[in-house]
This record gives sequence, structure tokens and C-alpha cells, in this order.
Amino acid sequence: MPLADEQLARVLYVDLTNRRYRVRRREDLFSKYLGGTGVAVQILKEELDPKADPLSPENVVVMAIGVFTAVYPAASKLVAMFKSPLTGNLGESHAGGRAALSLRMSGFGALVIRGASDTPIYLSVHDGRVEFKDASALWGVRSSLTIGKVLREREPWPGLRSIMRIGRAGERLVRYASVILETYRHFGRLGLGAVWGSKRLKALVLGGKRAIPVADVRGYREAYKQAFEGCLRSPATRKYHELGTAENVIPLNEIGGLPTRNLRSARFEGAELISGERFAQESLARRIACAHCPIACIHIASIRELYPGERYFYVTRHISYDYEPIYALGSMLGVSELEGVLKLIEQVDILGLDAISSGVALAWVTEAFERGELSERETLVKPEWGDWRTYLRILELIVEQPNDFYKLLAQGTEKAAERYGGSDYALTFGGNEMPGYHTGPASHIGYLIGLRHSHLDNAGYSLDQKYLGRAYPDPEALVDELVEEECWRQVLTSLVLCLFVRGVYKPEMISRALRPLGIEMSEEELRDLGREIYREKLRLKMEMGFDPSELRLPRRVLETPSPHGRIEEDYVRRALDRYRSLANSLT
Amino acid sequence: MALTRRRLEVIDPDLCVGCMSCMFACSRRFGDSGLNYSAIRIRSVGGVERGFTVVVCRACDAPSCVKVCPTSALKLRGGGGVTLDSRLCIGCGYCVQACPFGAVFWDEVEGKPIICTHCGYCVDFCPYGVIKVM
Repeated sequence: MPLADEQLARVLYVDLTNRRYRVRRREDLFSKYLGGTGVAVQILKEELDPKADPLSPENVVVMAIGVFTAVYPAASKLVAMFKSPLTGNLGESHAGGRAALSLRMSGFGALVIRGASDTPIYLSVHDGRVEFKDASALWGVRSSLTIGKVLREREPWPGLRSIMRIGRAGERLVRYASVILETYRHFGRLGLGAVWGSKRLKALVLGGKRAIPVADVRGYREAYKQAFEGCLRSPATRKYHELGTAENVIPLNEIGGLPTRNLRSARFEGAELISGERFAQESLARRIACAHCPIACIHIASIRELYPGERYFYVTRHISYDYEPIYALGSMLGVSELEGVLKLIEQVDILGLDAISSGVALAWVTEAFERGELSERETLVKPEWGDWRTYLRILELIVEQPNDFYKLLAQGTEKAAERYGGSDYALTFGGNEMPGYHTGPASHIGYLIGLRHSHLDNAGYSLDQKYLGRAYPDPEALVDELVEEECWRQVLTSLVLCLFVRGVYKPEMISRALRPLGIEMSEEELRDLGREIYREKLRLKMEMGFDPSELRLPRRVLETPSPHGRIEEDYVRRALDRYRSLANSLT
Repeated sequence: MALTRRRLEVIDPDLCVGCMSCMFACSRRFGDSGLNYSAIRIRSVGGVERGFTVVVCRACDAPSCVKVCPTSALKLRGGGGVTLDSRLCIGCGYCVQACPFGAVFWDEVEGKPIICTHCGYCVDFCPYGVIKVM
């Protein structure tokens, strides 16, 4: 069926090697898959050799939005899909901010980046125009935040644009380098920043303004109002806009699910000190929203610092915080000082690193150092739990890579552990560092089998909490439940809805909201679409070398009790057996 | 007898989270989605950490936009603000340049200005009480 908004189906293909671009109409993809994940999987299948080296010009980055973008509230994510240099497998990362809106306002539904420039460049896309601009002077600049400030002055569409850029970590190909958007949002996971770095792509600016036609105006206004009210008033979204995701710190600690000191424990004695409540009282400066989302979950803290040696000379800086960075750079490292956590978050932003991977890597380094697997000859400094000043330096060293050890650590915790020992306590899942939930078997099995190895793939942590105090399901039933949830989430991420509003955009609501856009899909058809996208994504992942028989849990996960007690190895084995047979039947 | 003034007012921009819901609401009045028809603009004050500014027609008593309109397409509106007679508008854009607040926006589709009518539709979609019709 034709889309009411024809411009959504315009896909911009950019070739960085030859500095050329072309636009192709892809109604076939957008009308079938609705956008986002569904469309990105198909384009990647067409454009990418699955065996390509992720850091070679042959890697391809696809960024896509969906039919709800700039049409309904909280459809605020931009999906990026690529081959991950961290896992060597399918990489998928989602970012909020203004990127999704800006892509649609610039007149495109998806952007495909291939090739590599011979000198640093940045892309400026607005009003359907694409410009390749020299970024040589921006390359090597100390802070990614400066890049944002510079481009803010140079580029059009203030207030209606997105400024995405990498930091030095991306330039130096750290395999968990991020792309930073609007200073406070990220394509964090799986090393998109390194892929950009390998392409010498320093930044991407998107902007514009336009009208998006709908098929049924009255129906649209009604559906909008309902979605808006849901986002704003639903109990499911309240926590995000009050304390933000940082609210999780205390409850997770209370049930014993907060990974602490490289998961040697799941309770942190300093939890209270780095809780959402504490952040709000001590340093919350402002709450802001992604474009077109009334929830305003982004929490920005301020730190005020006195310059040493100068009287009455202060500087105030702003840093956004969320649960995941607080876990990774707080409890996981034994850091209980608010100032320390904020400065570590700021440092990963300045350098352009993924906060979770960085924190888990530092935790592994600290334990390996304690156990004598590493010495100062490798680390150059003495890592110690809670010593955030030394961690600030180690993060720099990961980017500088002054010796073989840091060169390897820049490739990820798993790679470093393979060489230096300590794989049993290197908390990685398929090469990706773990998210902040040690809530029971479902969280960890979920990280392993989730197609982008993210806790958001299938929300295992949420299942663990649902079954607290109740009979835990058999491993086979648990895996079925995780996969079913992940299939449904393919619909949400194809519509690029933020997963925080999953309780608002239920199948019935989505079906109703599609109708005024001229798209008729029943709840069952939506669920079928989710299953199909899941299958397609799994197939693509397998073509890239994903092998379900190689999945393994780090031993540490089995040693440290979770809220459901010790996780039994046999339970995990049965779950993975079930997953393998499912995966085989689907592909 | 003086007409009752009815105008959109910015109560407290410090409460603004930058969600742009008001901008989408304004554009939606015309039927379409997107932002083309929006007569309100939220933008940061040089970085979101410093907060937002709400750019909207202030319903001036002696509006600069009316003064520069060469075809009288813009007229004073009883009760505050201005009205646009789009049949008279030649799309010169002088009004956009004249407004010191940057509150005359541009319709990229028609090539004509977008003028706030102070209808208040946006107010219902501001979750944090930043704007109000007075």
C-alpha cells in the first residue's frame, strides 16, 4: 500500500570514498517493514558483504526511522545497524535526542553510509541536500564536546537539527567507541564510533523542516491525543521523568541485583550514595526531553569545581546521567562518590567511549591487577576499587594505546582477557560487555541470546523481577518467553518507539495509530511482522558468523548469587539448548 | 469598548524540557504532521544544559511585521496579534526579517509566513505549564 508521506521512502545512499550520493525510493521496504530495525535489516542484507572486516571501507552503516517518526510522540529513536567491530557480528544501536526527527525533517527515511574517505570529513544533510565538508581541523580535537560547539556555529537549522560526532576513541578505532548526539545522547553500544572513525567520518549534521501528510486528519488527532496522554500520565512512564532510570539503583541493590566490583558481589554498600535520589538532591540541574517526547527522562547534573591555586575561580559543567553509566562507572568499580561517577561519565563522553563497555573493562583490569595477572608494566598505573582519579587516566590510556596491553584492551574486555587471563571474570556476552542487571537467569540468558546483546532486546531483567517470590519457569519456557518478547520489540524498534513507552504503545494502540496514516494492520499482523523481522535479523547475524553453539556465560555470573540464588549451570545449558533448536528452526 | 485581549503567554521558560510537543501541536492544527506550519519555536539557549527559549508571537501593540508588509496582507487583529490574508501575501518575507523576536515563521510549502493566531491549541500539549492563554 502507498505511504501517505512519500518522502519517508527516500533512502539516501552516501559513498564516502568517491564523495557521491544518490537517492532511491524504497516504498517496498517502508510499506512492508514500517521503518527502523525492519528496514535496516533489509538494506544491510542488500549492501553489506557479511564477511567484511568491520573496520574496512566495506562495512556499511544504515540509519533508519519509521512511519511514526515526527508523527506520534516518543517515536524518538534513530536505529543504526552495521557490522560491529567489538563482536565481529551484527551491531545495532539506538539513539534518542533529535536525530530521528532531523532525519525525517531533512527529507529522508534512511541513510546508508559506505566506503571511506581518505581525509577526515563531515556530512551535512539538510533540505534534501548533502554536502561533504572537510573535517581535518576537527580530527584529534581533545573533546567531542568541542566538536559539537564548533558545528553548532557553522551549521543551519538551530533547534531543528542533530549534531552527531565521534571523539578521539572513534578516531583511534577503540572498538567500543560511541557516537555522541546533542551532547547528552549516544549511539553507545557495539562500536559505531570506531566504524565512523575507520571511514574518517567525524560528524554528521541533519536538519530541516517540513510537513508530513496524513491520510485521515481527524483520526490522527484522536490517536495522537491518546498516545500523548498515555506517555504523559501512564504509571509505566512516571519513573522515567521523575528520578529517571537512576531510580533503579536502590531497588536493584535491595534485591541483590546490582553488579558491584566486577560482579564479585551484587550488593553495593555505597548504593545510597550514588542513587537516583541522591543525584537529584545533590546535583540535578535540569530535566530535558528527546525531540517529540513529553516524558523528559534525560537528567543533567551539574558539577561545580574550584580551580586549584585560584581563589574564587569556579567552573560549572553539565553531565547527563542514567542508570547504566552509574552502574558501569559506579558500583561496578566500587566508586561511591557522586563527583567521581560524574567525572567518569564526563570522561567517556569527552573521549567518545561507550560507558558500559568502558566500566566493565576497567572492572576486569582492576580484578586482574589484584590477582597479579596484570602488573604496572602493562597498566602503567595502579588501578584500585573506588579510585576514580586513576580510572580517569586509564580511560585516556585506552584511547592513547601506548603499549600492547592498551592496544588489546581497546579491542574489548574479551580480547584482553583471552591474552592476559581472567576470562572467567571478564563479564562479556558474545564479546559485548554486560549491562547492569544481575537479577537472575533471564537477564544473563537474555544478554546471550538477544540479537544485539542488549538488556533491551528481550528484557530478561524484567522477567527476573516478575518471577521474584514466584515459581521460576523451566528454562525452555523462559527462552520461549524471551524470544516472544524480542519478536514483539522488533515492531517497536521498527516504528522507532522508545522502549520506555512500550506499555503505552500496545498492539491495539499501534494498530489504531497506523490507521490514520493509511496503514491497516491488525494486532496479529503486527505480531507476525515482529516474528518475521526477528527471523530476518537472526539470519543476517548468522551470515555474519553468529553461532549459537558458541554461547557461553562468564563463570563469575554463576558464582555470585542473584536475587534468585545461584544461577545453575545446568539451567543455563538447557536454556541455550532450547535456544539453539529454536534458532535452527527459524533459519 | 476595548476588545478583550487573548494572547498566548510564556509563563516560565525555565520549566521547558524542549520536548517540542507544542510545535507539533501547532503544525497539526493544519491537518498535517511535521513542523512546517508551526508558529511556535523552542530552541536552546546555546546548549540544552542552559535551558530553552520559547519563541512565539508577543501580540505587540505596534507590530513591526505589519509596518513592513507592502501589500497589507498583515493586519492588526482585534484583541492582539496580527492576521494574515494569504491572498494578498506576495511571499516577500519582510515580516520575517522585521520581527525582532524571530516569531514570524515561514511556510516552506506555500512560501508564506506562518502567523500565530493565539488559539491556544499548543497549551493543551505542554506538559509542564510553560505556556498559557491569558
